[in-house]
Amino acid sequence: MLDNSPFFRQPASVTSVMLRVLVALIPGTAIYVWFFGAAVLVQIAIASITALAAEAAVLRLRGRPVWMFLTDGSALVTAWLIALTFPPIAPWWLVVLGTLIAIVVAKHLYGGLGQNPFNPAMVAFCVMIVAYPQLMSQWPAVGFTDFHAQMTAIFGARHLDAVVMATPLDALRTALHTPEAHATVAGVLGSNATFGNIGGKGWEWIAVGYLVGGLWLIQQRIITWHMPAAFLATLALIAGAACLAAPERFAGPQFHLLTGGAMIGAFFIVTDPVSGATTPRGKLIFAAGVALITWIIRVFGAYPDGIAFATLLMNMCVPLIDMHTQPPVFGYKGDKGGTS
Amino acid sequence: MSAYRDIAYNSLWKQNPILGQVLGLCPTLAITTSLISSFSLGLATALVMAISNFAVSALRSFIPYEVRIPIFILIIAALVTVVDLAMNAWLHDLYLVLGIFIPLIVTNCIVLARVEAFAAKYPVGVSTWDGFMMGIGLTAVLSVLGVVREFIGQGTVLSGIDMIIPGAQAIQVLPEDYPGFLVGILPPGAFFVLGLMIAGRNWLDARANEKARQRLLLAGQSSPA
Repeated sequence: MLDNSPFFRQPASVTSVMLRVLVALIPGTAIYVWFFGAAVLVQIAIASITALAAEAAVLRLRGRPVWMFLTDGSALVTAWLIALTFPPIAPWWLVVLGTLIAIVVAKHLYGGLGQNPFNPAMVAFCVMIVAYPQLMSQWPAVGFTDFHAQMTAIFGARHLDAVVMATPLDALRTALHTPEAHATVAGVLGSNATFGNIGGKGWEWIAVGYLVGGLWLIQQRIITWHMPAAFLATLALIAGAACLAAPERFAGPQFHLLTGGAMIGAFFIVTDPVSGATTPRGKLIFAAGVALITWIIRVFGAYPDGIAFATLLMNMCVPLIDMHTQPPVFGYKGDKGGTS
Repeated sequence: MSAYRDIAYNSLWKQNPILGQVLGLCPTLAITTSLISSFSLGLATALVMAISNFAVSALRSFIPYEVRIPIFILIIAALVTVVDLAMNAWLHDLYLVLGIFIPLIVTNCIVLARVEAFAAKYPVGVSTWDGFMMGIGLTAVLSVLGVVREFIGQGTVLSGIDMIIPGAQAIQVLPEDYPGFLVGILPPGAFFVLGLMIAGRNWLDARANEKARQRLLLAGQSSPA
């Protein structure tokens, strides 16, 4: 209950929003570090330094106030998301190049904060996975947390055959796409050491970490419930329906929700306030579309995860979605006054 | 003589087929993965443009206005077939690389655009020159795109030169173990590089305009006194 009038509220500044997003990322990041080692933190440091340097340089070139935009934290959020979605043992230049593409090309060439039609971190992910598909799908085996070996992987020569492992999504798809193996989902999930109880060893706990942070963001009113709910519900529905129809070919909803980038995608990526839809109904449609395309790419595509491409594809539809989901202006009847 | 100079300036810079008019993007984006392929397709297009402008300009008083477009296309298609067969005969390896894009010169908007906008209205001499220079403007932009994309994509320059000069070698600019930035070779890379080139041209133009305006301002201040 608000008990003091008048009910003025301080609008949240960009800085405070971005800082709270970073705080919300901490639980997931901490569990990620627990399972995959301190290399994750090194990647976050590399991405953050690159992002801040690139942001400062471009702001200078564009003649904008450097300090004000540099301290708003938006570049840090982008950097953090890049570091969390790239493989933790990716070579350093992969992360640096990806961050530069995100900040310089995807953010500032399109007009800077608030103007970019595409999610910068996801543009970086897509460009890098198209350019370097092999490096972008090499994850360390869970529990491989030897810091020295990880640093060698990031900064030195790469002799990784022993420690590299496919992600659960990758392993499942590869097994299912090999026709001679006659693999079934239950068989693959039961036999492989990559898979834990539900969504992949380690991955399920990381997903829980992101879920906790995401729920806190909703409680803080940084994001609304629409996008995460629509994304997770759609993904669960499609995966559930497919699994019911052909359980030997399609993994169930619990696998899809708790593996790969589903949770970080639901709460931190599709909810990007700049490149996503803005109307409440539009948010539902947008997030449901991302979930549908994600599932299709995961099951039928050849890339490790589908969230990045799905987000960019739906980003393109945002103007159309927003146009058709304008709520009616107060005083007009129904939808008729909305778009005409 | 200044008409010829104006046409050259127009074709190479002010109304450059790609940077100024942004026409014929399909081959521009598809074929510019290396310097050799973009340069050769550019030259083939320039050849077609010069001869088709010549032919249409020479025939312009005989072509009925109402059916001019089909006739233009017939002339262009005949010329493209000649180029196609000639490349098949004498530059067969290159012909295989360029593939469908040689016959597709027929549909390149810039060819028809120059025929319709220029050759159908002006005498033979300037028309041929216009077609040729427009083609050279196109070739120049394609070549720059090709160099940049080949360089960031595979770290070489002039790969595939042996298709034109047998025995010649591509130059490895970056170290052999350069992993290659695949996006440079893929279509998105073409969009990005082309976008940067158009931005660069606009920036140079804006700077030149600003300088001209200041000079005028200075002249205006000094003259009334």
